[in-house]
This record gives sequence, structure tokens and C-alpha cells, in this order.
Amino acid sequence: MTTPSAATVLSDEQLARNFADIAPALTGDAALLEANTCLFCYDAPCTTACPTHIDVPAFIKKIATGNLRGAARVILDANPFGHSCARACPVEVLCEGACVLNARDEQPIRIALLQRHATDTVLGRHVPLFSAGQPNGKRVAIIGAGPAGLSCARDLRRWGYAVTVFEARALPGGLNTTGIAEYKMTPAVALAEVQDILDLGVELRAGITIGRDMPFEELLGYDAVFVGIGLGRTKRLGIPGESLPGVIDALTFIEQLKSRPYRETPVGRHVVVIGAGNTAIDAVTQAKRLGALTSTIVYRRGEADMSCFHYEYELAKRDGCGFRFHCTPKRIVGNGRVEGLDVETPQGQETITCDMVITALGQVARDEFQVPKHDRVFAGGDFANGGAEIVNAAAEGVQAAKRIHEMLAGEDGKGR
Amino acid sequence: MADLRTDFAGIKSPNPFWLASGPPTNTYGQVARAFDAGWGGAVWKTIGEPIINVFSRYGSVDLGATRMMGFNNIELITDRPIEDNLKEIAETKRNYPRHAVIASLMVESKREAWHEMVKRTQDTGADGIELNFGCPHGMSERGMGSAVGQVPDYTCQIVEWVKEVATIPVIVKLTPNVTDITYIARAAVKGGADALSLINTINSIVGVDLDSFAPFPSVAGKSSHGGYCGPAVKPIALHLVSAVANDPAVKIPISAIGGVATWRDAAEFTALGAGTIQVCTAVMHYGFRIVEDLVDGLSNWMDEHGHQTLADFRGRALPNVVKWEDLDLNYHLVAEIDQDKCIKCELCWTACEDGAHQAIRRHSRANGGGGPVVEIIEEACVGCNLCSQVCPVQGCITMKQVPNDFAPTNWKEYSAGKKKLAPRSEQFHTAIWSK
Repeated sequence: MTTPSAATVLSDEQLARNFADIAPALTGDAALLEANTCLFCYDAPCTTACPTHIDVPAFIKKIATGNLRGAARVILDANPFGHSCARACPVEVLCEGACVLNARDEQPIRIALLQRHATDTVLGRHVPLFSAGQPNGKRVAIIGAGPAGLSCARDLRRWGYAVTVFEARALPGGLNTTGIAEYKMTPAVALAEVQDILDLGVELRAGITIGRDMPFEELLGYDAVFVGIGLGRTKRLGIPGESLPGVIDALTFIEQLKSRPYRETPVGRHVVVIGAGNTAIDAVTQAKRLGALTSTIVYRRGEADMSCFHYEYELAKRDGCGFRFHCTPKRIVGNGRVEGLDVETPQGQETITCDMVITALGQVARDEFQVPKHDRVFAGGDFANGGAEIVNAAAEGVQAAKRIHEMLAGEDGKGR
Repeated sequence: MADLRTDFAGIKSPNPFWLASGPPTNTYGQVARAFDAGWGGAVWKTIGEPIINVFSRYGSVDLGATRMMGFNNIELITDRPIEDNLKEIAETKRNYPRHAVIASLMVESKREAWHEMVKRTQDTGADGIELNFGCPHGMSERGMGSAVGQVPDYTCQIVEWVKEVATIPVIVKLTPNVTDITYIARAAVKGGADALSLINTINSIVGVDLDSFAPFPSVAGKSSHGGYCGPAVKPIALHLVSAVANDPAVKIPISAIGGVATWRDAAEFTALGAGTIQVCTAVMHYGFRIVEDLVDGLSNWMDEHGHQTLADFRGRALPNVVKWEDLDLNYHLVAEIDQDKCIKCELCWTACEDGAHQAIRRHSRANGGGGPVVEIIEEACVGCNLCSQVCPVQGCITMKQVPNDFAPTNWKEYSAGKKKLAPRSEQFHTAIWSK
């Protein structure tokens, strides 16, 4: 039994509009104006705020002088995923939040859009910004072709390592490819960015799950191993009715949306999303944009307790999504499929009528294999940090590459 | 309400704002619209034997995202017949009798040619004549424009010829493309000029196309040096106007030209002695309508400062333009940072550290805790102004006088051993680096 798709009520044109870039690229004129507004701070707080410490004033100055390739190189040198970060980073709490213009009671510099402007000029265009280093005879295995693993791979290739990336899925990119809200980044963009990294000569072995298709121990034959496998499935609600048709976890819902034509994505007419993190927001807005008549967050605590970023909450409100606070799910009810959600509120019991329940309670750790404590095994990204942003994964991948290089180059004096 | 009426060497206009000779004053239609918009006068686009212009004539220098910070042209004088221009000048005067209409003239350096041109011009009823001795491009190759204005004897000679027949005031327009403009100004005075106008444009190449390697403005891949103007040239014009106005051998009215775009610019030129203000590039950028704020802003400022007429403050800044050797060496300043206004961009620190006198102390942002990120090292500060100029927050960094008990002392007095210098922060550096 399939969930009837409400997407069918919207025209293809409307669907295309609903999932178009939420922050369209700057025109050249707008970028020039914005770049020239940057003060070019010394020891800039935007750079400090960025986990990958992109030299923001440096790349903005390059945009101002018309050196877009140089600007892109400054960004991507520090952060191999500088393009997806420009689209999906929570800049309000990172670089743009730190901009000194906030203290002059002004809007901060639109760093994300400038970063996108610069990286747009090289993305998928085979611009040789970086090159593989002279082969140094050492091999590194990387598990997981997400932002952490590929950032690690990119820098190791620059230093001459032979790098093999094992990816369980058919497509690389991790959540960048399957899990970013469609209106922020499409899979095609995510894959173009990945390809720019693979072009440095990274060997990708997709469709191989370590711990199932190949024992982890086999990788210990490499000179080093980096584990960047992300997190596992969405946490379960633990209430009756959770296995009814019409109940789906947020990551699966978003992946379905991103891997097929919009109108073929199953979505209810009345959708309830359980949870109040950023993934919950991605789910509730995208369900609405697919054509759900109502799309509502149900959250057991209050507005101030939501873990999503404020601007994500504002986006969902603008999209016309509903919010039910202090509303604890007790049971999913339905005769053969979802028909409602029993909740407990301060006013008592209530049944919210719905035909789709999306769970967004965060992900559990992976359990395919145990990562041994070993001085040649490194880890980063969501797997190691418990779940954070693309920029954190990229930073950790880059840092791991540096540590691996320091370790291996130290062994025989080769390397840098 | 301030009275902006102007009497410039006998030429009257309702306000000091004249359109400078150039593309905006090429036709009756333009000048009429300008007067309707509020301009007080217009110097007609230079009249002479009609020329042929090239296609692509203007080049521009942008500063960041700001367009036309500087501007240049390789356009020549009017390409319209002399009689058409003279007819339209006459019509302008008929329809706008209260406005100043000045004919700018440039003919070959022959006495008869000048006599004929001046006489024909006077027949139109024009209020005055401006002699274009300034254009640095094109016409100079034919012995006119700046080719005249760069040689004092030529300048004097042609002014004399003009004055032999002139019955209306004669203004000589000076070129800045000389070593010392006062020599040319004095030559014009010697020839009998009634007034001066300056500056004409500055010789320039505004840029090079990095794809074709053609200089701008490109004419089939080539270009020629052209006349530079626009806001970028204002400081040069301010200096040259003050140099001429302060020259005791000149003492005739000056019409100021050079980068005027706002009423503030006009007030500054007036304070340095200008009788009228001529504007061209700003009109080429934004149109005649800018005169509204030129008049309104100047008038409001004059009202706020109790100046009833332009004469009330004309030349007031001139006595303050002195030689360096007359400056007081015992006047000491130190920078002061208002920490409440500081947005912690650290531009003052890097400017002072790398570009000046290492007089700002920087605390790591990481150790911040709300404390100051930058602080002036008062014993090292030489009061140079740089930090206050790079600071992006108005009023955040100010320069405070450091009082001392020493009498004002200039270089002449000090080097003659007559007076003593107060101890100064520059000695701090000597002490540090000699360790």
C-alpha cells in the first residue's frame, strides 16, 4: 500500500518554483557591490568563526578585484566543500554572525552568497585549482565518501598519497547528495563538487559496505585509515503504530524527494513531522512544498527549546507550516495505514488527523562494525562528532589528513 | 535664506553654479533645460572651426563598485558650425536674460582669427568669453588648447589680441598640465584677463583593456591621451585654485572647476577663493537635476553658519594655506579610540603597524572577554591621523590635542635656534629601536 501523493495537485511549474534555489546566486554587479562593502578586517572574526577557517576577507577582496579563480582557490584550499557550505552552512551562527558590521547595527556581509559566487566559477568546470602531489608510495583507505572522507582524501592526494574511498551507497557525497533540503542544493550540484575532488585521482569504490562486504581488518593493510561513515538510521519513537504504512523517517523522505521526479515522491495531504531539529524543518517545509495541504511540526517541548536554527524556524513559518508545542506523541492510529496521531497536551488527550507521519528525532550511531582503537585509524564527521554541519565534517576531514600526513611523513622523512 | 546671487567680473548669475564648457552645453536645448532646472550659468561647449570626432570618446575609472570616480575624454571642441552655436547663444540670452551665458572659444593662433571670433561672439549678447587654453588632447596637436596654455608668452599674447576687441569680460581657462600654474595665471593677468577659470582636464590614460591591450577609450584598438576629470581630480583643483588665489600677482576673480559633485565641494572651492563654480562630469553622470541639491545644500549650510552671501566666507580658508615651514611643531595630537563604538575590525591596528608608527597595541580576540581589542600606545602615537582615516565607524577614533608648556614654534624659528621643541613621541621609536 502506498501513500497517496499530494504532490499531484501541484503543476510541474509550481513544483519547480517550490524547489528552486532559496538563495539565488548574486549577479556580478551585486557581488561587486557586496565585496566592496567588506571592510577587509585584520584577523577577521568571520574567519575565526568558520570551522575550516576560510580566509574570508582575502577571498572577498579577490572578488572585488575580479580575481574569481583566486577567490575560489582561497575558499577551496581551506574547505574542499566550500561550494556546498556556501549553500547550506548556518552562516547566521558562523561567519555572517561574526561579521563586525553586526556591531555597526548593519546587515553583515553576505559571505555565503559571495562564497557561492566565487565557487560557481569553478564548480564542475575542471579548473585545475589543485593538483595531485608526487606519489609518495603510501596508501590511505577512507570509509565513507561524504564531506569528511572526501575532504581528507582531497588533501592526502595533494600530498601524494594513493587514496581509496569505500562508499556503501551507489553515489558518493553522503548527506550532501541525499540529505540537503532540495531548495538549498540539488544532488547534481553535490555530485559536481565531489567529482572535482575525485578528479585529483581519488579511487572511489562505491557499493561496498565495510563490515559486511569486506572486514574492517582488511583495511589495516593500508598505511592509515580514515573513518567518516556518518550516522545510522533515525531514532525510533517507541510508540504504538510506528510501523503503520504512512510512517517514514525524515532522511528517507528527503532522499526519496531528491532521487526521483517531485511528483513521484509519496507525501500525505496532512503531514505531521515529529521533532524540532533542522532535519525536522527540512522535512516539514519540503512536505509542504511538495503539495501537502497541512504540514505540522509536533514537538513535546516549547518553542524556545527547539534545536533548529532560528532562521530555519522562520522559513517553516513562511512556508505556512504549523507548529504544535508541548504536544507529546502517544500513538499513531489508523486502520491499515496512518489516519491520525494521538498526542498528550497540557489540555489533555487529542488526536491530530493526518495521513503521513515523518519522524525526525535524530540519528543513532552506526553499528556495522567496531572501529578499533588503533594509532593508524582516524575518524571525523558526523560519525565522530555525533552529527553537525557539512563545514564541521570538512574541517575534521582536513584536520585528519594533516595528522595522517604528519604521522606518515614523519616515519621516513618524506612528504611535505 | 542665503543669497546665492553672484557677480563674477561683472557677469551676474542667480547662483554660482555654472555648467562648465563640455558636452552638457553643446546645444540650446541642453542649456535651456539646465537653466530651467536651476543652473545659474553655462559656459558653452568650445566654439571654433568645426572638427571631426572619433567614436568612443570617454573613459572612466571605477573605485570598487562606485562608477566614474575618475573620467576622461578624447572629444574635441564642438563639431557644430560656428554660426549655429552663435545663433543658439543669442537665443539663450534672449530667453534667459538673468542667467550667465559664456562663450568658450578656441581658434588658431592668429590675431585676425581671434578678432573675428570675439567680435562675432559679442554680437550674440553673450555675457562673457572664456578662452580655452586648456584642452590637453587633440587640439593641442594643432597648436591650440593646452599648447597655448602651457607657454606663458603665448597665453599673454593671445589674451592681448582678444582684449584689443573685447567689450565683455574675458576669462582665461588654465591647464593644470604645467609645472607651476601661477606662471600661466600671471601671464593671463599681464595680457589683460578679467578673470581666470581652472582647472581644465589633466592629461591621462584611464586604463588598458587587458584582453586587447587597447588603452581606454579605445578607437579601433588604439587610443590617445585624454583629459581627466571627475571627483578624483578635486584635490588637485583645490590646490591649484588656492595657489592662484593666494598669488599676490594675480588678484582677479577665479571660477573653480574640477571634480565638483556636491555642495560641499562648492563650499570648499569658495572658501579657497572661487567666485563661481563650474560643473561638468557630475552632470554627465547624473543629469542637470543635481543642481537642486547643490543650491539647497549650500544654502542650508550657509544659513546654519550665518553666512548671508557667498562673499561672507569666500577665501576664508586661503590664509590657512601656508608653507610647511610655517606650521607649528609644538602642536601635538594623539589618537583616541572610543571603545564603545569600536567594532573590532582591527583595520587601525594593521594600518598603524605596517603603514605608520606601530602605536596601536593589539589584544588577541580570543582573550577578549569584552575588553578592548585595540588600544593606542600614547607614548608612541605621532598623531598622524591614519587610524582615524581607516576607521569605518564615524567618531570612533578622534585626534585629541596633547597640551604642553612650549610656545608655538615653526621650522624657521626652530632651525634658527630661536625656540625650543616640546618632547615628542617620535623619540619613543628612536629609543626602542636603538636598544
